[in-house]
Amino acid sequence: MTTPADIRQKALNPKRWGWWYVTELRLREMRGYVSYVVTSSIGNPIIYLLALGVGLANLVPQGIEGVPYLVYVAPAMLMSTILSVGAEEGMYPVLSGFKWHKVFFAIHATPVTPGQIVGGFLVHLAIRFTFTAGLFFAAIVAFGAVPLSTGWLVIPISILGAYSILTPLAAYSASIDDDGGQFALIQRLVVMPMFLFSGTFFPISQIPDWLEWVAWVSPLWHASELGRIATYGLSEPIWLTVTHVVVLVTYAAVGGYFMRRAFVNRLTR
Amino acid sequence: MSAVVAPKSRFGGLSGGNAKAVIERGLRATMSNNYLIILSGFFEPVFYLFSMGVGLGAIIGNINVNGAEIPYGAYIAPALLAVSAMNGAIYDSTWNVFFKLNFGKLYQTMLLTSLGPLDVAVGEITLALLRGGVYAVGFLIVMQAMGLVLSPLAILAIPAVLLIAAGFASIGMAFTSYMKTFQQMDWLPMVMLPMFLFSATFYPITVYPEGIQFMIQSFPLWHGVELIRMFTTGVVTPMIWVHLAYYAVMLCVGVVVVSRRLRKLFLD
Amino acid sequence: MLVSNQVIRAENLTKVYGDFIAVNNISFEVPRGESFGLLGPNGAGKSTTMKMIAAVSTRSSGNLEVLGMDPNTEGPAIRSQLGVVPQEDNLDQELRVRENLIAYGRFFGMPRAEASKRADELLEFAQLTDRVKSKVEPLSGGMKRRLTIARSLMNDPQMLLLDEPTTGLDPQARHILWDRLFRLKERGTTLVLTTHYMDEAEQLSDRIIVVDKGEIMAEGSPAQLIRQYSSKEVLEVRYGSDNNAKVAKKIADVGERMEILPDRILIYSDNGERDLAEITKRGHHPTTSLVRRSSLEDVFLRLTGRTLVE
Ligand SMILES: Nc1ncnc2c1ncn2[C@@H]1O[C@H](COP(=O)(O)OP(=O)(O)O)[C@@H](O)[C@H]1O
Ligand SMILES: [Mg+2]
Repeated sequence: MTTPADIRQKALNPKRWGWWYVTELRLREMRGYVSYVVTSSIGNPIIYLLALGVGLANLVPQGIEGVPYLVYVAPAMLMSTILSVGAEEGMYPVLSGFKWHKVFFAIHATPVTPGQIVGGFLVHLAIRFTFTAGLFFAAIVAFGAVPLSTGWLVIPISILGAYSILTPLAAYSASIDDDGGQFALIQRLVVMPMFLFSGTFFPISQIPDWLEWVAWVSPLWHASELGRIATYGLSEPIWLTVTHVVVLVTYAAVGGYFMRRAFVNRLTR
Repeated sequence: MSAVVAPKSRFGGLSGGNAKAVIERGLRATMSNNYLIILSGFFEPVFYLFSMGVGLGAIIGNINVNGAEIPYGAYIAPALLAVSAMNGAIYDSTWNVFFKLNFGKLYQTMLLTSLGPLDVAVGEITLALLRGGVYAVGFLIVMQAMGLVLSPLAILAIPAVLLIAAGFASIGMAFTSYMKTFQQMDWLPMVMLPMFLFSATFYPITVYPEGIQFMIQSFPLWHGVELIRMFTTGVVTPMIWVHLAYYAVMLCVGVVVVSRRLRKLFLD
Repeated sequence: MLVSNQVIRAENLTKVYGDFIAVNNISFEVPRGESFGLLGPNGAGKSTTMKMIAAVSTRSSGNLEVLGMDPNTEGPAIRSQLGVVPQEDNLDQELRVRENLIAYGRFFGMPRAEASKRADELLEFAQLTDRVKSKVEPLSGGMKRRLTIARSLMNDPQMLLLDEPTTGLDPQARHILWDRLFRLKERGTTLVLTTHYMDEAEQLSDRIIVVDKGEIMAEGSPAQLIRQYSSKEVLEVRYGSDNNAKVAKKIADVGERMEILPDRILIYSDNGERDLAEITKRGHHPTTSLVRRSSLEDVFLRLTGRTLVE
């Protein structure tokens, strides 16, 4: 039988494993819509690849930058999918954890620390991203759009990319009191343009010069270019490749710092 | 004596004949809160048009529609207009209705007054159409500025957008009346996304084998895209009657189902 | 206009959700000007009954007449004469305080100018004049409730339906609200209210039906019900949760009747102090004891064997 002393002893475990309890809880909560996650993770890549890869390729028979159109868009479409899941998870679910669900407050009433809450939240999402990216990768391989054996690197790249968009948004979401429509505005005026002008369907050289900066600040463009290097060996100067990595890491790290700070402030105020 | 005149209860108590007050409340709420959000909704198709029309258009060049060569931008613009009409109408008649019904409790409030469910439904749909109409006008102006309006018939795209929106909204509301939880709503995009991507939005459906073409043609969006494309490009064929008939039928079915379900939906 | 003086006539009224019977074959009448209460625990079917009266829920069977009309077919006409305060505040979050009232008045088809004027009067009545331009969300629970009541009065209703008007409010806010409701009662408005607080039922209603599991258990004025179903006084004694039942057996003959609850023993008689002396004389010293007058809570316990608030 468990004695009260045992329980008290166990209650100290969170010192080390607190983040994992949070991950576990969030995974458990996902069970409600797991069938949706699975179906959309399988269905979306197939639909997107059929429509915008195979279908649209008919209008671009010459291919782009020396590769068939499908090969050109496939890695970018994977990035675009995972990063938009990242953007989504950085908005409502975060505010909801503080405001409606209040799950973050509930967890914080135990010995688990705010830092561990952030950690657990991010680990849970890494699992979710890996799952969705893995299925997407399988799909593009099946469509014959991955000539190189380094292709699998798109999975870690997409997780980094997703973090780079998720953490700044989560920092913001954790610091607002209510959604008076800001999320819709961010979605429509920030995320959406970023996705449309990040060289997913055509090289950014096609964008008018005065709009090209959008791609440069967009994590999606950097992630997509890295993905192209991994799947078909897009050739570009090494400094540019380094820039892609640095930009993504900077976004994720700075965002992560502010996200943690926002969580601590919100939970302890 | 009472401050208000008792209205006649019409349609077996389903209407108090005052949908106008529902519309007024909607406008009032828009003014006092979220006009910025509503405004932002207009940009979505415009961004798409800039991105795909300009960026991809430069690579693709011209495209053949019923024998006429037209620039890629002019090809996708009407499709984006139809998609935006569909998205707006579906959002307003599903998420929005479901939320106001179950969480915001707005409809419960309205039904404590002499309004009936029919007033609420008619008022909300009218608001949605009003918004859709404003977006459409804005989008056409952008198209005109980009030189993508190829025919004066384009003006007919506005009533066409309203017809498409009304068709989708009535079906959307019918769908919502069978809805129990938010999670069921998650499945909506699984129908809408393929429709968006495959309905001759970004390229002609002739790239597909005939069987698949036929399937696409059985879905409503394809008819909407083709209908509006006829008007903005000026290439009108007798198929227009099929498109119009499709939406007329869709609207009728939606309205019949919704009116049967109103009592269940609002007065259970 | 009305043939009879009854504003509500319910006859074998029943509401079924799926195969669950929420309201089971209940009959009652409410005359004009009366203050009528439905008292019962959570889940008794009070809100469901109120919704049927308010013509926003369709009855499954039985007859119901509200203001002489059938809610099934005359919903809008009935509601034009009713004021409804639902159990959960459903104020319009997208509108400000005053706009909430005006938009509501417009739903009744009131002219805009008249709706504005009436809104200002009612904001005064609800003591909300300093929050006119405020959003709804930051208001306190009591303020929201008062705003909801103000809203329900926009159409100057003949009858006001209040579903648990003070549940969830702190004692001070409750008293402010009761005061407002008394004023309406004095003006002759018919009030129908539900509550699971016996003090509220006693304070506000002329006549009560006690409901449980969708059925009417008893009917009468608060005083009548207490007289009929309970004794004059009640003695409450506690011996600790493990001992109550044991002690109860030994003092079973004291008083007229006894209820054994998990945390205490209730002894009903017309002299509590005498019974307490008797128990102590036998050597059963309670940890705490209390003598009080009978209340509707005791009536409910007697009728159902359960407490109102669990
Ligand atoms: N829409 C509904 N669907 C199914 N069951 C319901 C519905 N509304 C109420 N009920 C059930 O009917 C019973 C009575 O509910 P209600 O009238 O709200 O009780 P009260 O107001 O007395 O607390 C409860 O058991 C409740 O769960
Ligand atoms: Mg209730």
